Formats: sequence, structure tokens, C-alpha cells
Amino acid sequence: MNKVMSNKWIIAMYVLPAFLLIAILIFVPLILIGYYGLMDWNGIGPMTFIGLENYINAIQDSSFWQSAYHSFLLALFSTLSLALYLAVSLILASKIKGADLLRKIYLIPMLLSSVAIAQLWIKVYNPSNGMLNTILGWFGVADPPNWLADPSIVLFAIFIPILWQYAGFYILIYYAALKNIPESLIEAARIDGATPLQIALRIKLPLIMGVVKVTIVLAVVGSLKYFDLIYIMTGGGPNGASEVMASYMYTLAFSTNNFGYGSAIGFLLLIITLVVTVIVRKLTANKEEIQY
Amino acid sequence: MRQWLGYALLYLCLAFVALFQIFPLIWLFLFSLKDNAEIFSGSPFALPSDPQFGNYLTVWEGGIGLYFFNSVWITGLAIVLTVLFASMATFAITRMNWKLNKLVLGLFMVGLMIPIHSALIPLFSMFLSVNLIDNPMSIVITYTAYNLPITMMILLGFYYTLPREIEEAAIIDGCSIHRLFFRIILPITTPIMSTTVIINMIYNWNEFVFVNTFISSDQYKTLTVGIQNFIGQYMTDWGAIGATLIISVLPVMIAFFFFSNKVVEGISSSAVKG
Repeated sequence: MNKVMSNKWIIAMYVLPAFLLIAILIFVPLILIGYYGLMDWNGIGPMTFIGLENYINAIQDSSFWQSAYHSFLLALFSTLSLALYLAVSLILASKIKGADLLRKIYLIPMLLSSVAIAQLWIKVYNPSNGMLNTILGWFGVADPPNWLADPSIVLFAIFIPILWQYAGFYILIYYAALKNIPESLIEAARIDGATPLQIALRIKLPLIMGVVKVTIVLAVVGSLKYFDLIYIMTGGGPNGASEVMASYMYTLAFSTNNFGYGSAIGFLLLIITLVVTVIVRKLTANKEEIQY
Repeated sequence: MRQWLGYALLYLCLAFVALFQIFPLIWLFLFSLKDNAEIFSGSPFALPSDPQFGNYLTVWEGGIGLYFFNSVWITGLAIVLTVLFASMATFAITRMNWKLNKLVLGLFMVGLMIPIHSALIPLFSMFLSVNLIDNPMSIVITYTAYNLPITMMILLGFYYTLPREIEEAAIIDGCSIHRLFFRIILPITTPIMSTTVIINMIYNWNEFVFVNTFISSDQYKTLTVGIQNFIGQYMTDWGAIGATLIISVLPVMIAFFFFSNKVVEGISSSAVKG
């Protein structure tokens, strides 16, 4: 038995297809990106080694810092919106009939492609015939904004579909965590005279803090590398007003053929994401495990 | 009385959120059945007075049919490869005895944290050097690689709980490892495999960046990138755009309708441990 189950050849045969795929297509590129960042390269022609020039340029590049600022703003938005999702989940988990159906309805936008979401919301935001401005018109707003063309509001306009897209996902996670709390704890609190609001805020919320912390990491990291929807909806425009780190990198490499500089930005994106992940994990680390 | 009022208020909140979540989609479906004149003049929430099902036929024959077909086979092939390779690797890591299994598992799980956009430029140049740019196989293997970590994570819990007796009995009876894996283990894991199939389907069907970067010929484009270009052509015909978007989201919506519990299970198990 043990001999058969520890046959090296068979183990290799079973692990290698998957392992080679992730080694070649995930890990090798991550090593290469830092290396490409040291080159002057248009993607097709020969590479010229230029040392840290790309990285020095990136640090002095105000467009890059602007895109990084937008990415961090997005991370802040996403983290704050977790409170909203949490509130909905607390309501949903408080003996609501149809809670199961509701959380599935909430999840629907999460299942759509970013292209479908982007195209749908481009229509919602359409200045003359879109759903939003039509509704605003009913309420007597005479001069509704051109949501995606106005540099001062475009970032907020893009944030709404992101909120819409992920609401069901986070509600699903919180709801599952809340349903895991033993009923006896809630019952004991109720007998002691706690109101439903007190039970939600003083008992349920502290008990799922571990899950909340995980979602904070997910939201922050997800926001820092966010790309698809913004790239499709605005292409980072107008005039860079909705550019984020990943879209800036993509445009540099695949629209202007500046692969070396794009790689340097991509490498910085990787480092920033990893560093922020570690920091957020440290900040939200459990000081004491809650036992029940 | 007060309690009744409180509950009514809570339901109102939940209903409002539900409305916010599906209203844009209902609006989309409604205008996919209208023509421009009706969309621009009538109320956005009115039912179409004369449903324009022709919108669907026009876009299907105008190119969406081909993109749809590409999405189907690329998604399908990548699912088969991902679930097979992930099951094999998970089997070897959790059921067989070797020293480095924890380390290798750790490497797979690190794959979950990588921002894919950082890998995009090197992947592009790697595929370029082996002539896989503008070849759908580049998409299939990329989907497979990038979905392996999440698929393995969903499979892991199930594999750990399988009783050892199954393998012992099979091996003592003279069953080979391959027979054990393909004839006994894989069939037992069908419930969890079906969860990974659904999750993979949603990811692959909706994927945009890889196709947009690696594929340039129209004939190989999948729905996401295809409709992005297609909508450029039909920019002013809202009915056609609406019909295109509805066609593109329909397969996942149908899968969700029939297997919503699997989707919920897959999405939550992919997140909580993250």
C-alpha cells in the first residue's frame, strides 16, 4: 500500500501538468516583469539595458502618481462600502423570510462579464437617453451631469457599477458567517433583554470580525489591481481622470508600445499590491481569537 | 405593532437593494426589444409596444454567433483541462505520500494572490516568441493555469475528508493508481467537481483581458471582446446593443438559475479562505 502510494514517478505524473502550467504562466512572468522594467523595449525589436531609468522615470511621472492616487481612492471607497454590505447582511440574517432568494438576487451582477457591466452602465449614464438622467429628469433636475465625460465626477460614476457588481459577493460572505453563529448565543442575549439592534452590533458583529478583516484585505487588494471595467468604460479618460495603475500600465504597453516602461509600472503594481496586502493583514491581525 | 413596523422597514430596505441590483438588467432587457424611436421617446420602463425580436436575429447573424461559438469551445476545453489537472494534482498532494507536498501546495496557493495584470506583458512576449499570439490555444492554456489555484482550493477540503479505506481496499485488490484515480476517486468527487466546473465556466466565459491582449483576428475572438468591437459598429442602435448584451449574459444566467447553490458554494469557498 504505502509503496504504491509513494511511487515518485506516479506522483510526478499527477502533479507536473498543473505545476508546470502555473510555473511557466504565472511565476516566470512575475520574474520577467521586473527584468523587462530595466529595458528600453518596444515589445518586438531588440531590448536595450538602461538600468533603473524606467523606475526613476516612474517615480517622477505625475501621470503614474495620479493613477496610483485613483487606485488608492478606489480602495478607500471599496473598504467604506463594506459597512453598507455588512448592514444589509445583518438585516438579511435576522430571521428574514426569503433571505436565501434575496442573497441570490443580490449576487446576479457579480456573474456578468465586465464588458456587459461596462456597456450596460455606459447606457445607464448616457447623458440624453440613459436611465439615470431620465429618472433625474422626473424629479425636476434640469441640467443633469454628463457622468462619464466630466473629469470631476467620472471616478465616482465608475465606482457605482463596482459597488453594484460586488455587493452580492460580500453580502454572501457576511451572510454565511452570520449564519454560522450558534443560535444559543443569540438566544442567551435575548433572554438577558438585549434588543435586536444590540444583538446585531454587540454580539454578531464582534463574532464575525475575522471574516470582516479578510474582506477588507480582499477589497483593498482587489481595488489596487482593478482594471477591466474602467478600461472598457472610459479607457482611463477623460484626460486621465479615471486612470488607475493597471490601466495606465496597459495603455503604455499595448497602445503606445512602450513595453519597457509599462513593465516597470507593472512591477511597481505587483510590489505595491504585495506590500499593501502585508500591511493590511498586519493592521487587521487578530490580537485575540474569539472562541465560542 | 411596533415590531411589525420594524420588520416592514427592514423588508423595505432589502427590497430596495434587490431592486437596485436587478433594475439595470430589466431595463437592458426591455430596450433590447425596442427600436431607437421607442427608446428615445417613451418611458424607459415601459414594456415594448411591438417587441423587436428581430434585434436578436440581426446581431446573431451579424457576427455574434461566431463569437458565441468561440466562447463555448474555449470555455469548455479550458474547464476540462483545469478540472482534470487540478484533480490530479490535488489527489497527489492530499492522498499520496511525499515530502514536498506542503511546499508544492503552498506554491499553488500563492498563485491566488498574484495580480494578473503584472504578468500580462511577459505573457504577451512569451507567447509572441513561440508563435502563440493570435492563436486560441494561448487563451486555453492561460485560462487553465490561472484557474488552477482556485479550483484546487475548492477541491482540497473534499479530498482531505475522503476516508483512507477506499484507497487501501482498492490497492489491496490489485487496483492500479490510475484505475483508482479515474474509476473510483473522480466519480466520488463529482459533487465538488461540478462546483468547480460552474465557477470555471463563469470565470472563462466572462474573461476579457487575456483575449483582448493575445487575440487580434476577428475569427478567434470570444464574446466579451467580440461584443466590445461589435458595439463600436452599432453604436447608435440601442436595440441591437441590448440584444448583444443579453445574448452574452444568458448562458451564465441559465447556469445560475439551475445551479445557484453550486455557484453560491463555489464563490463563498473561494473567498473566505482568501
